Amino acid sequence: MDLVQLQRQLVDYKTSLYNEGFLDEQFTQLQELQDENNPDFVVEVVSLFFEDSERLLNELTKALEQQSVDFKRVDAHVHQLKGSSSSIGAQRVQKVCIAFRNYCEEQNIEGCVKCLQQVRHEYSLVKTKLESMFQLQQQILSAGGSIPM
Amino acid sequence: MGMAADSEFHVLAVDDSIIDRKVIERLLKTSSYQVTTVDSGSKALEFLGLREDDGINPNTPSVSPNNHRWRLQEVEVNLVITDYCMPGMTDYGLLKKIKESSSLKNIPVVIMSSENVPSRISRCLEEGAEEFLLKPVKLSDLKKLRPHMLRTKIKSHNGKQEPEELGMPDEKIGFPSPKQEEQQQQQPQSKNNKRKAMEEDVSPERTRPRLNGITTMV
Repeated sequence: MDLVQLQRQLVDYKTSLYNEGFLDEQFTQLQELQDENNPDFVVEVVSLFFEDSERLLNELTKALEQQSVDFKRVDAHVHQLKGSSSSIGAQRVQKVCIAFRNYCEEQNIEGCVKCLQQVRHEYSLVKTKLESMFQLQQQILSAGGSIPM
Repeated sequence: MGMAADSEFHVLAVDDSIIDRKVIERLLKTSSYQVTTVDSGSKALEFLGLREDDGINPNTPSVSPNNHRWRLQEVEVNLVITDYCMPGMTDYGLLKKIKESSSLKNIPVVIMSSENVPSRISRCLEEGAEEFLLKPVKLSDLKKLRPHMLRTKIKSHNGKQEPEELGMPDEKIGFPSPKQEEQQQQQPQSKNNKRKAMEEDVSPERTRPRLNGITTMV
């Protein structure tokens, strides 16, 4: 695939991520903060998000497996995940977190467990998509092109 | 104040989320401020020089001075921007401690929160916060910070307490900002009544426009 085709593919891919609600305006804000002095800013922030989310998902799994679930603790983790997903523009993850917090408030175990499944799913989707996007960007850069923003 | 004034401003950013610290740091640096980030209210107080003993605190990994030397009380902080809700310190905790301290109370404090709760906003402003920003914070939100930092610099110059007597200097228009699209100043800031300015800026009606494009809120 030539450079122009790659660049077009990237633009189309990004557009679809916004259209399908995986990313929102906040992701655009992050891209705007990237410049030649900080060329890896977005990748770095997203990587932090991946690490942090995986930690939180593990904590959530453990917390919901307890005999007596500490909903405050669960809520605290979800609140963090909601915050970080919002900070990078991972809209679908953020939305599930909102529903998740409602179930925590209701102390609804089934609802929480369902939401955990959902949030894991949305997280892995957005992770895969962002990784694909970064790969595409890397291909473009390696071919000597620039990233269309 | 000359064109270099922006880089003379040092902001202390406090947030327990590593992601948010990274983002706010980039936002502040893009706005030409010097930045130090810490991950807790107590570390913020340490950095500001408020501590029980007089011992020199060792550098801790979670504090990133960002090329600043860890020299307590020699580092001037022109503004503190902090997350509202962090473990280890009660809500408003950092804000209150700063405002109760004779040495720190003139440092403007800005609160960030992911939740748009009008009572929370009012309470923060009552406790002395200059602004309340809804997360995720945007570059355009940071434009609101400069007037507060300028006012402090002038205050220490004139030794005056009342914002009413200061007004805004004419050279405010000249400050370049890398990503500034317009030279717009917050007009309400130059009004005499600080409280009124706050309400105009951060009334619930005003916070709603920030929600455009943010698809969710609690």
